[in-house]
Amino acid sequence: MNLNRPIMATKDSADASHQVLTFCLGSETYAVDILLVQEIRGWTPVTRLPQSPTHMLGMLNLRGSIVPVIDLRVRFGLEQAPFTPVTVIVVLSVQTPSGRREFGLVVDSVSDVVDIDAAELKETPSLGSKPSVELIKGLAAVADRMLILLNVDELIRCDLAQAEVSATTRAA
Amino acid sequence: MTLEMDQFHAGFFEEAFESLDAMENALLQLDPGTPNADAINLIFRVAHSIKGGSGMFSFTEVASFTHTLETLLDELRAGRMAVTRPIIDLLLKSTDVLRGMLQATQRKTPVDQQTVADIQFDLEMMLVKRAPAAGPVVAAEVAPAPLHPKEATWTIDFCPNARLLAPGADPSRVFAELAEMGTMALVAHADKLPAFADLDPEVCYLTWTITLTTDLPAEAIQNVLDWAEAECQLRSEESVQRRPEVAPATIVTKDQPTDAAPAAPGAPQPSATPQAPVGEVGGPAAKASSAESNSIRVATEKLDELMNTVGEIVIAQSMLMQLVDGTKPPRVDRIRAGLIQLERNVRELQESVMRVRMLPIRFAFSRFPRLVHDLSARLNKQIELKMTGEQTELDKKVLEKIGDPLVHLVRNSIDHGIELPETRMAAGKAAVGTLFLNAYQRGGSIVIEVGDDGAGLNLERILSKARAKGLVGQNDTLSDEAIANLIFHPGFSTAEVTTELSGRGVGMDVVRRNIEELGGSIELRTETGKGSSVVISLPLTLAIVDGLSVAVGGEVYIVPLVAIIASLQFKRGRARRLAGVGEVFLFRDDYIPIIRLHEAFNVEPRCRDLELGSVMVVECDGRKVGLFVDELLGQQQVVVKSMETNYHRIEGVSGATILGDGSVALILDIPSLVRYAAERVAA
Repeated sequence: MNLNRPIMATKDSADASHQVLTFCLGSETYAVDILLVQEIRGWTPVTRLPQSPTHMLGMLNLRGSIVPVIDLRVRFGLEQAPFTPVTVIVVLSVQTPSGRREFGLVVDSVSDVVDIDAAELKETPSLGSKPSVELIKGLAAVADRMLILLNVDELIRCDLAQAEVSATTRAA
Repeated sequence: MTLEMDQFHAGFFEEAFESLDAMENALLQLDPGTPNADAINLIFRVAHSIKGGSGMFSFTEVASFTHTLETLLDELRAGRMAVTRPIIDLLLKSTDVLRGMLQATQRKTPVDQQTVADIQFDLEMMLVKRAPAAGPVVAAEVAPAPLHPKEATWTIDFCPNARLLAPGADPSRVFAELAEMGTMALVAHADKLPAFADLDPEVCYLTWTITLTTDLPAEAIQNVLDWAEAECQLRSEESVQRRPEVAPATIVTKDQPTDAAPAAPGAPQPSATPQAPVGEVGGPAAKASSAESNSIRVATEKLDELMNTVGEIVIAQSMLMQLVDGTKPPRVDRIRAGLIQLERNVRELQESVMRVRMLPIRFAFSRFPRLVHDLSARLNKQIELKMTGEQTELDKKVLEKIGDPLVHLVRNSIDHGIELPETRMAAGKAAVGTLFLNAYQRGGSIVIEVGDDGAGLNLERILSKARAKGLVGQNDTLSDEAIANLIFHPGFSTAEVTTELSGRGVGMDVVRRNIEELGGSIELRTETGKGSSVVISLPLTLAIVDGLSVAVGGEVYIVPLVAIIASLQFKRGRARRLAGVGEVFLFRDDYIPIIRLHEAFNVEPRCRDLELGSVMVVECDGRKVGLFVDELLGQQQVVVKSMETNYHRIEGVSGATILGDGSVALILDIPSLVRYAAERVAA
């Protein structure tokens, strides 16, 4: 590692290097901090929820706790793909101001775990105001791939915020 | 602040709030005429320990307030001030202030300085005024004649037990306290003192003769000496200059050191004295406090975890059972037998875990003696509160949510149910009205009755109001019960009706909604001139729901059994279309709307013909709705899981559960579905 290189990373990713889990959505490779991943499990049907956005697939029984599952393809506006034997649910567990929350992300397949240097993170080029850009923490080039690092906190916040908005509009 | 400090704080607050409750209870039992020394001591101890704790944690405001409170209580305890109604009221207010201060301190919000200062001033004034005790605490029982504060000189032979020093007692403390009471002369007798070589430093060889001139009654001296009673041989006699008109209150002392008798020996314990007007409060509360010492404090989260795990076992067990049911080799019978045994054990385990979460309803009832005391004084009414079944247990969550509705009902009874003493006398009833709170278990539910022997509801007026509001047709005749239950109708809670109905309509619909949200039901009985009562029926627990599982398309939903009135199989043509409402059908003389669950939840159903599926009639808030589903699957008990743990509330769904096959099923929220139907009609 080149120690002379100035650290240009944001505060929260200042710790020099960390491991991420990479997974595929179509031809794109995404990554999440490995420390947030609670488990990876094969796709099983979930219980649909009424009055929920399309990317909210439904609820899953994860050893007794009821966990919402998000279709990441739909969330990112990609074409929906049929669920196959390699389709997996990546279960994340994240500490939020309102307590620990667990949720699942449906992805095409998981690839591997790689080290990325926080300093190597590149900013997402802004292309218009596509909302999903906010869900991306940054880009990293590993070998010949481009990893898209997910901003998990933002993903949760968006989902919760959406829920609150819809709840209040319905109440009104 | 460090984590550990926070933990200590939490412990302090928890304890302080509990002891404040105990203090309040003791205050309510306190009768100005015959003050109970035990109660005063208890109150004093509470104030003292809160002062100590708050001092330790530097909650200076609390400490300063409790100090003033303690000073006043000390006067009462020592019998230097009489226990009067104003003092009891002031002390009750002080508990409120203290509670407020502690809550503010706990939340780290500013304390309401003004109120605190006011009450503290009142307390100080009370101390300054310090009306000479008309009948000091203990003296009240011993000397019926009022004691004039005349000086008398007493001679006390203080011969402590030789072993007095061993437990760390110090006779000089007794002397110091006596010295404060008046002029004291002390003579020590060292004649029993052995030679230095034989001296045992732990043995007390000295005796004393105390000459005390004081205006305080004999009992006050006795109280000081009592402190050393168990360890000393005290002999005291009244001596010179005793005024003849003073009641001959000799200090009775025990010649033999007894096993630490906690009560003042000279005074008969006032346990035989009539109880405070709040009646039966004292007994059960006192019993309960001794039962509590046998319990441990456990964080609710731990119980929830336990509960979840047990729920998991239940599900895993039924999963196994389903697997076994599908196979048929010879050994399966033995497996099945084992599973049946397991099922029984697991059910028992589940029930005991559930019982851990249960608390006696006393926790919800405990606020009422105070409420009745305050409100009846303000309204000049005489009310006796009778509570039964305080030991009846129900789930902590239910208990937390039942408090406000109960307060509402009790308030209503005091405010509008029970009449003024004169009115009652004129009607040939006892001047003292009775308010009763009963709790008991009936089957799988808890029944709480709140009632009074007051005037009852004015049914005619309710009916005419309901007719005017168009809730009842002009020519309809209703049973008395049906009329009484009209007050639960949301339309009744308008200000105008409220005054006309003497307030009985205030928020009764809210009470009803709260009860229904808990999965319970409420009904009202009234008899003009004799009183009325409200009967609330609640589920034992919120953690488990008796439900009917129904299928819509590929989904399974659970409908709480308590909301279901009937399930119907439609014949062709029963449902009619009604412009603006949609589908309706005739059910027991009423046209009720139909909600197609697949439409409400946007699910692809297996059938759209009402004749092919099932219609369940569900009710909430007195409104009925027909819920159309594909198929009824069966009745089962399910463990309720919150959706909010990882997600958020969803309209129409009150929670989720895990079925025997491990899949998640949503539990329908009938009140919100009924509202949905109403909104759809309104739209």
